[in-house]
Amino acid sequence: MTSAIEVQDLIVERGKRRVLHGLTCTIPRGSVTGLLGPSGSGKTTLMRAIVGVQVVASGSITVLGEPAGSAPLRSKVGYLTQAPSVYADLTVRENARYFASLYGYDAATADRAIADVGLAKASRQLVATLSGGQRSRASLACAIMGEPELLVLDEPTVGQDPVLRDELWKQFHDLAGKGATILVSSHVMDEAGRCERLLLIREGALIADDTPSAVRERAGTDDLDEAFLRLIRAQVAA
Amino acid sequence: MSFRILGATIVRILRQLLHDPRTIAMLIVVPALLLTLVYFMYDDQPAVFDRIALVMLGVFPFVIMFLVTSIAMLRERTTGTLERLLTTPLGKLDLLFGYGVAFGLAAAVQASVAAGLAYWLFDLDTAGSTWLVILIAVINAVLGVALGLFCSAFARTEFQAVQFMPVVAVPQILLCGLFVSREQMAGWLEAISNVLPLSYAVEALQQVGANTDPTATLWRDIAVVSGCVVVALVLAAATLRRRTA
Repeated sequence: MTSAIEVQDLIVERGKRRVLHGLTCTIPRGSVTGLLGPSGSGKTTLMRAIVGVQVVASGSITVLGEPAGSAPLRSKVGYLTQAPSVYADLTVRENARYFASLYGYDAATADRAIADVGLAKASRQLVATLSGGQRSRASLACAIMGEPELLVLDEPTVGQDPVLRDELWKQFHDLAGKGATILVSSHVMDEAGRCERLLLIREGALIADDTPSAVRERAGTDDLDEAFLRLIRAQVAA
Repeated sequence: MSFRILGATIVRILRQLLHDPRTIAMLIVVPALLLTLVYFMYDDQPAVFDRIALVMLGVFPFVIMFLVTSIAMLRERTTGTLERLLTTPLGKLDLLFGYGVAFGLAAAVQASVAAGLAYWLFDLDTAGSTWLVILIAVINAVLGVALGLFCSAFARTEFQAVQFMPVVAVPQILLCGLFVSREQMAGWLEAISNVLPLSYAVEALQQVGANTDPTATLWRDIAVVSGCVVVALVLAAATLRRRTA
């Protein structure tokens, strides 16, 4: 099997608003796939549907061969929410060790995840006393530990300094090299070039599902930011 | 349910509590202060003090643990940790029992300190055993936790959550037989009090106060309150949805 995620005709409504309009896409195994689009385009909703916490109106999602959100997937999928979801009244290490224990990993695995996100020095600090960027890294540590088969990361690099961002992207590629599938959302186009595949989404519909170079070629520009703009205009005109 | 995950969840909740020494201090000191107040209010009426202090020992953990749990669970919902937990192998019962056990332990400490003070310093006099009083206090606390877990599902904000306290706790306290004995109430009030769990908790305490040995009524009351705990936990589990809109 080559695809990790298969989304078929997915329709999601939040309140009275339709957020995803019959979206279909596949995400290959062992790749880093970028989910890009402006805020409010439906990125988070699609990710929530893939990890199985979103009520969907219709359509199907298969993740690693199982229906999204089914029990066997819960030990194989790591999920990073957009807002840091760790306990502010625990230290970084206590948070990491708690989430590690839910997956059955030991304390050493938790400590390694903390080091991987560059928080080793702050591991005994309460999350409430961390900066915003550190807090989202603490949250990231709890998602990446134990090398899950699928990592769904909602804007993991927002507010991080460039050196650290670079390191995080290297780690995502390392994990993918070991066979993990990584889905990363971002609204920063300069990160799109770091992905092996791109899903461009706007107003709940897919406008591109391709490699970065193919997207550049189709739009006729090397600048992904400009490419995205041209694809949108082409779609609006059509 | 998994004992590893349940254990880790209990430890996690207790660690959160340990990082908040002011809350711990208030959990322990406030009941003691209020007992002191009642002691001096009924300085020359030891029988009245015995009656009120005994009921306070049982009702206090219920009210406090209801509030603490509603807020704790609401925080899990609003900070996104609940959504995250539900994508992990954690089962709903691991989380609910985790809160029940962790706050039950906290209530055991609270009730022991309050009972110790009442019995040794203020000469509280009950025919039955102190341990039964503490046992009933802990069961009441777990009832408070279970109802708190359930009610938190109906609050969107902390402001709403704290206002469930007067809705859930005050009618039970008014009708539990502390102010007016239940037999003397109007029939419809007595009928309401018959379906409120705290009425049975207070009756159990009064049984310990009046009888040297545990009575059949006492065990029945404890069974009723424990049954209510189970029902509230099942209802709370029904409010925990993995998928939300």
